[in-house]
Amino acid sequence: MTEYNGYITTETIEGADDGPLAGRTVAVKDNISTEGVQTTAGSAMLEGYVPPYDATVVRRLKEAGATVPGKTNMDEFGMGTTTETSAYGAVENPVAEGHVPGGSSGGSAAVVAAGDADMALGSDTGGSIRCPAAFCGVVGIKPTYGLVSRYGLIAYANSLEQIGPIAPSVEEAAELLEVLAGPDEHDATTREAPDAAESYADAADGDVDGLSIGVPTELLDGADEAVVETFWDAMDDLEAQGASYHEVDLPSVEHAVEAYYVIAMSEASSNLARFDGVRYGQSGGFEGNWNESFANAREEGFGEEVKRRILLGTYALSAGYHDKYYKKAQDARAWVKQDFDEALTDADVLASPTMPVPPMERGESLDDPLTMYLADANTTPVNLANLPAISVPAGETDDGLPVGLQIVGPAFGERAIIRAGSALA
Amino acid sequence: MSDSAVDPEEVRHVADLARVDLGDEEVERFTEQFGDILDAFEALDEVPETDREPELANVMRPDEVRESLSQQDALQNAPESEEGQFKGPKVS
Repeated sequence: MTEYNGYITTETIEGADDGPLAGRTVAVKDNISTEGVQTTAGSAMLEGYVPPYDATVVRRLKEAGATVPGKTNMDEFGMGTTTETSAYGAVENPVAEGHVPGGSSGGSAAVVAAGDADMALGSDTGGSIRCPAAFCGVVGIKPTYGLVSRYGLIAYANSLEQIGPIAPSVEEAAELLEVLAGPDEHDATTREAPDAAESYADAADGDVDGLSIGVPTELLDGADEAVVETFWDAMDDLEAQGASYHEVDLPSVEHAVEAYYVIAMSEASSNLARFDGVRYGQSGGFEGNWNESFANAREEGFGEEVKRRILLGTYALSAGYHDKYYKKAQDARAWVKQDFDEALTDADVLASPTMPVPPMERGESLDDPLTMYLADANTTPVNLANLPAISVPAGETDDGLPVGLQIVGPAFGERAIIRAGSALA
Repeated sequence: MSDSAVDPEEVRHVADLARVDLGDEEVERFTEQFGDILDAFEALDEVPETDREPELANVMRPDEVRESLSQQDALQNAPESEEGQFKGPKVS
């Protein structure tokens, strides 16, 4: 265990004797299935659940020779931006005491930042890899939708989420991505990435000479002053290395965070219906009828944020509100995709602060869910558009709090964002 | 008052549909929060109609028997099972 509560389970899983990750430890987020090792998704509902099979990404880690030192703490079912909603206690930010590590993959970023694992896997539905990477001063990549298999990931919002790497440097994150990426017969949404001639790690050569970077002004407007200052310092650094930047307009992103929450909550309300205390999950007992027993099990097993999202998702999909919320959110999603496509015709990549705020103080945002949701304004558009993005450390505020810089690329443009990010970290 | 404001009855109704029991305090808190959150979602009204990708179609393939989890493995995480089957509450 760690003093900052980074792990839920510390059972070691040994990989093959040799391979590209031999001798290295890769911690795994606790919503990714590990055969024979407890996997809770941060929920009391799944306490004691032991998957009978490995997620594809875990199988690939083992084949690559990695050792898994444990399963990392996380917001319950990936629902949170601070890793305070875990049923196994909140995670402390190991590089900024008294502050949250970000979420929902907060445990994964924390164990890497603290040096308790060489690298880690996270999952990103609306920023859950990039946010904790930014808050803990490490690197995180949210891959293009379809690049990495989701087989064995405990689902929250299938159309948005991807598993991805967290590491101290861009090159190490790229090495881990190399092992994870590629089609999987168990996940029909996966596909072969084009242009596979160069490895992801080889793309981490720091060469940004001639790179054209678009900066969406909308993603800077509401951001904290100290974050914006650190962001521009990092952009100046990239410019000094030969990159150029220009401002771009992405009007759609101002509606992205609302669209994201409507879609994610709707998918969650459906996905989490499986936790009924009969097939798995904590049992509500056998008194009363099926519905009463089911509702009782779910009251006991789920935390408040999960209930909030299931209910809001049920509401958004219910007759009378479907067109008002869900259909409009799908329109917003299509608009966001178009906007990004257009901006990326005039720029190789786009850059913004990863999070509009520095790491919050612990306990600060739990009482006000809406404020927590709005903190995801810069990361959620990328998931709606199914694009790849990386968060790299951009520097620190005057108070010593880490700030992340997000670089977004075109679909399957992982090499472009890795190359750009490696000029900074 | 916004037309998205919700009352406690509505929260209880949705909780019932979602099969989640709620305590009285939770109903009170959610009623207040849902008003704020749904108000924020109203911003979606400003989204212009956008050409979307073509409608999705189901692609079917014939069923084929493949290797899968054993019955024992599939039941291993069930709180209760009996004679190789999940055991649920009474349907009444």
